[in-house]
Amino acid sequence: MANTTTQADIQQSIVQQQKSEQRKKQILNLVLLVLLLLAPAVMYPVFLMKILCFALFAVAFNLLLGYTGLLSFGHAAFLAAGSYTTGYLLSNFSGLTTEMGIIAGTAAATVLGLGFGVVAIRRQGIYFAMITLALAQLVYFFFVQAPFTGGEDGMHGVPRGHLFGLVDLSNNYAMYYFVLAVFLGGYLVVQRIVGSPFGQVLKAIKQNEPRAVSLGYNVDRYKLLAFVISASLAGLAGSVKTVVFQLASLNDAHWHMSGEVILMTLLGGTGTLLGPVVGATFVVNLEYQLAQGPLGDWVDPILGGIFVLTVMAFRSGIVGEIQNFMRKNMS
Amino acid sequence: MTEILGVPVAVLSGQLMLGVINGAFYALLSLGLAVIFGLLKIINFAHGAMYMLGAMCTVLIFDAFGVNYWVALFVAPVIVGCFGILLEYFLLRRIAGQDHIYSLLLTFGIALILQGVLTNIYGVSGLRYSMPEMFRGGMNLGFMFLPYYRAWVIVAALLVCFATWFMIEKTRLGSYLRAGTEDSQLMQGFGINVPLLISLTYGFGVMLAAFAGALAAPIYSVSPVMGSNILIVVFAVVVIGGMGSIAGAVITGLMMGVVEGFTKVFYPEGSAAVIFLVMVVVLLIRPSGLFGKEA
Repeated sequence: MANTTTQADIQQSIVQQQKSEQRKKQILNLVLLVLLLLAPAVMYPVFLMKILCFALFAVAFNLLLGYTGLLSFGHAAFLAAGSYTTGYLLSNFSGLTTEMGIIAGTAAATVLGLGFGVVAIRRQGIYFAMITLALAQLVYFFFVQAPFTGGEDGMHGVPRGHLFGLVDLSNNYAMYYFVLAVFLGGYLVVQRIVGSPFGQVLKAIKQNEPRAVSLGYNVDRYKLLAFVISASLAGLAGSVKTVVFQLASLNDAHWHMSGEVILMTLLGGTGTLLGPVVGATFVVNLEYQLAQGPLGDWVDPILGGIFVLTVMAFRSGIVGEIQNFMRKNMS
Repeated sequence: MTEILGVPVAVLSGQLMLGVINGAFYALLSLGLAVIFGLLKIINFAHGAMYMLGAMCTVLIFDAFGVNYWVALFVAPVIVGCFGILLEYFLLRRIAGQDHIYSLLLTFGIALILQGVLTNIYGVSGLRYSMPEMFRGGMNLGFMFLPYYRAWVIVAALLVCFATWFMIEKTRLGSYLRAGTEDSQLMQGFGINVPLLISLTYGFGVMLAAFAGALAAPIYSVSPVMGSNILIVVFAVVVIGGMGSIAGAVITGLMMGVVEGFTKVFYPEGSAAVIFLVMVVVLLIRPSGLFGKEA
């Protein structure tokens, strides 16, 4: 008898602990949300929007690396696909409202993601990384040579237009709250996916793929779906970025961009929801600060150094390390 | 007989030769990748940077000490190889046995550092390296003009590929290497110094890349960014061929060079993309690669 009561007690205390942890998380999220809503009062909105776009990009990437265990070295292709499609449509068809351009950009990235996924998922591990990198290079060459992309110069002067034909987005504050809404939407989608049964299967694939296969899951289909969702959110980030900066550039398609999003995710913390956001904020800030100072030309080696340091010394990333620390010292 | 498919024979064979030369570089580079992958089970993302270091080193030791081409062809790979061994000893070794993603990211970071630092010192426009005296000029084969140096590149690359194959397949050291590829723990149990073997293997793979770089110095523009684009092509080559066999890596490399050369004749716009397209087709038809064993 005594034994069962203690078990029930333990269970109850676990439930309580989970509840209090959840409450803490909710409070943290609420605080962050308020900060994001107030941020444009103290900081330059365009800079904040840049951070939000890259944060969404990194969140999308993390769905693959952090929760499915797939390292894509070609995510720049999706960012660029969204970016160029939206830029082309909004520049050439003045009847389109902004959100239609963004939806079309996201759709283009989704289709591209399906194509990449079907090819790349045939191999695993490092081959997957090499294949995605090679495919992204193919897309890069396409964007260099295609007649509508403006080649090396990219597309300039993309109009921001009107949201739903009503809200004038040339106002930076209107633009900011729209970008914030898109970012939060993307973030919540990933949060929902990670918490769903589908997300649990993805995590199982990450931890032990052969076992997931032996349990009867059609692993390839799960991986493909995760890949397509990730690509489509990356495309969304690219589309919105084009609207914000009124510019689609070849930089978005370069392998360097694929490397940067990996760094953002890794540095912030793979497999944590907030990690990519923190990582993106850090990297965008760092690049901005370096560009101001005398070290402007040293961005690449410094990013490389951070790569090496993160992999060697703190692999869980900023958010991951904080979580580990809390777990050790607060329970 | 002066035209094939509407293209003059001289043009066709000229492009074909350029293709074989590119293919020789792909072969050397993918061979190095395959050797490293075999024992260390990592993909060396710094391989392009090592190729670049080999070429830069050749130019720099010539400028600083007047080291001639033949010596540089030997010294540059040795310098870069030693550098590789240091990298292996101080960095890669510490994350051995963990998820391969990390070693890949680590070598990517190293490549960014090397490329970035050298770009800041020497710029991206490229350094000049003059062709060794004895290789100037060429001979007329009747149907095409063959510059001596290009002929030498093909011969040298094939010789080194053959020597590597011979060493791995026919010598005692090579047998250790192959055994290590199968089961390095068991080999350690037999009393073979596996950590040393791993260091040497990484150094050797890197040396092959640096040798390719030194070989490339007189004909390609030598700059800190020369390694990154060729590396992505070599990755595609490796995916096409599979990293299972030495001969497979070499044959695929040469073949892809030729395919690229042909594309330049018939559809120049597609020449940069054709190898990637071949990769897609191969993955769809035979996912393990042309010479691959594992799925």
